[in-house]
Amino acid sequence: MTQNIVEIDNLSFGYKSRMLHQGINMVFPRGKVIAIMGGSGCGKTTLLRLIGGQVKPSKGEVRVDDQVVHKQSREGIYQLRRKMGMLFQHGALFTDLSVYENVAFPMRELTQLPDSMIHDLVLMKLHAVGLRGAHQLMPTELSGGMARRVALARAIALDPDIVMYDEPFAGLDPISMGVICDLIRTLNDALGTTSIIVSHDVKETFLIADYVYFVANGTVAAEGTPEDLSKSSMPFVHQFVHGEKDGPVPFHYAAGDYAQDLLGFKA
Amino acid sequence: MERTTIDLWVGIFVALGIAALLGLAMKVGNLTTSNIGITYTVTANFENIGGLKPRAPVKSAGVVVGRVGDIKFDPATFEAVVSLSVDKRYNFPKDTFANIYTAGLLGEQYIGLEAGGDEAMLKNGDKITQTQDAVVLEKMISQFLFNKASESTNDAPAAGKSDSATSTKQADDALTASPLDAIASPVAP
Amino acid sequence: MIRFNLIVGLVRSLRNVGHRFTERIWRLGAGARLFWLTLVSSGESFRRFHLTIREVYFTGVMSLIIIIVSAFFVGMVLALQGYNTLQKYGSSEAVGVLVALSLVRELGPVVTALLFAGRAGTAITAEIGLMKATEQLSAMEMMAVSPISRVIAPRFWAGVISMPILAALFSMVGILGGYLVAVPLIGVDGGAFWSQMQANVDWQDDIVNGIIKSVVFGVACTMIALFEGYDAPPTAEGVSHATTRTVVTSSLAVLGLDFVLTSFMFTV
Repeated sequence: MTQNIVEIDNLSFGYKSRMLHQGINMVFPRGKVIAIMGGSGCGKTTLLRLIGGQVKPSKGEVRVDDQVVHKQSREGIYQLRRKMGMLFQHGALFTDLSVYENVAFPMRELTQLPDSMIHDLVLMKLHAVGLRGAHQLMPTELSGGMARRVALARAIALDPDIVMYDEPFAGLDPISMGVICDLIRTLNDALGTTSIIVSHDVKETFLIADYVYFVANGTVAAEGTPEDLSKSSMPFVHQFVHGEKDGPVPFHYAAGDYAQDLLGFKA
Repeated sequence: MERTTIDLWVGIFVALGIAALLGLAMKVGNLTTSNIGITYTVTANFENIGGLKPRAPVKSAGVVVGRVGDIKFDPATFEAVVSLSVDKRYNFPKDTFANIYTAGLLGEQYIGLEAGGDEAMLKNGDKITQTQDAVVLEKMISQFLFNKASESTNDAPAAGKSDSATSTKQADDALTASPLDAIASPVAP
Repeated sequence: MIRFNLIVGLVRSLRNVGHRFTERIWRLGAGARLFWLTLVSSGESFRRFHLTIREVYFTGVMSLIIIIVSAFFVGMVLALQGYNTLQKYGSSEAVGVLVALSLVRELGPVVTALLFAGRAGTAITAEIGLMKATEQLSAMEMMAVSPISRVIAPRFWAGVISMPILAALFSMVGILGGYLVAVPLIGVDGGAFWSQMQANVDWQDDIVNGIIKSVVFGVACTMIALFEGYDAPPTAEGVSHATTRTVVTSSLAVLGLDFVLTSFMFTV
């Protein structure tokens, strides 16, 4: 068993006109919480898809448990995915199934467990996220935070080795954010999984992450522990961590001369 | 939705569908009336089958006793060879007549079997020897006109000049008379 | 200068037409591919038949009301109009034959298919489109469950099962509606109504052919609805355009297939 459960090796991904990633190298050690951060549109979510095998890299490799993801057969990819759980940005709960059925879904589809066992497991998972009493509700009856928690319960339903979080804090109220934040860390330590968080919420992510990768301009611009990065003097990191208005990511979109635009206007 | 409620409604749905299908089969279609079971095949030759088609009914005394099978052309005798599938329950004598009739005034053509008096019965593969062809409209009209014309020419020499007028008048009558009058007789039950 | 603009405009619109044409061909190919994948992934729809039954409920049972009410009205109108014309030729007793043959051969399968496309087809497209937009299909893929076996194939088979049932119901209810108008209301002889019908409607040539038509229409309408949903851009606007396209494409497909099938089945 290697120390790194996921390895991204010299990855390039994109289209001929626009390469999203160029030469990305990342490692994800077992049992740790690792965050991938960066501005919008820098391809963070795409990295999760590359790990999950939903898209193929143009160059380089993504290895999960020492197996190259994009070289697997259809069956092989499905086997790899059984070791992963994913929490999508807005939960992506199945709207036609109840909360109970949503969490039971992976168990019913991927295992042959009897109904009695599924019942116990579902309630255990829901209890872990604090929603055991809500198991008969339908997803449309849940608030955003609750839906996110149910999706988390579903993601860990089969005790996966890797849990991936796509913007888990996006659009939540402070309480829910705190809850999710706590759950990610607690569950990671309790289950011994590896958590990969894609986010741009600096405060919450820095609280729970063991290691952070900053992606900008298609490469890893910076990496390190949250303490190191908060103290970093790199302009991009500094702007991002402290939320500065102007810096390497400019405030003004590319435009001509201001005076020329105003005075040179011909009716 | 409870699984059992869904199952119930789907069951009702499928049952309704089957009921509709049965209704269509029994009440609307001719499934009950055409319950011809096991059949035996006999052939019949006709010089002209008119508009007879495969699967046309074969009737005797007005009751459907079989169906027309396939219709072939015999290049040796230049006749049409029609195969009849007759219900095994009904046996016909060897000297049965097979006639082609028309249902209604302008309807489809069918075969009518008139039993003869022979004691020996037709078996599978036998041939019906007594046949009557279909009535072809054009032949009948020309036949009728010819008959009318020859009748008047027979009377003409005795009657003299005035008769030529009547003979043409009779020919006129023949022309204006509806040819359908002549068809009235072959419409047997 | 004007002529140059005209030429540029013409070239642009030609290129537009060409682009739209190739776009349609591409979509036809993508649709055929989804059809193939659906057929190949159908094992689960039958092994876990309750999935298919659930979809039969949502496509078939929920369409019952509109089918039955429409059939009733269509049958009644057929009887009225039929009687109107037939009685001029003294053949008013043939109104039963007219209603039955019109329904069983053509109106049953075709009108049912059009109503099905409008009601069940749009529901399917919207549902699949929304599942795609809210990443539910992606979530399923990441859980190593094929969305095609789990979501698309059961809906396909549900549509194929529901259509002939709905078409048979349409024909039967239509005939009953026609009977109610012709016999108690107008005064056509009840016995003649049914006996003429039985003598002229053939089980194999008319009824079975009508059922075959409805199965073909079921395949076409359901597949079009599924494809439009699966292929829709994952936005609200995308899904709404997809549902419109489902109705238009299904209707054209049904009418076109009807012509092809009729020319095979009902020519002497």
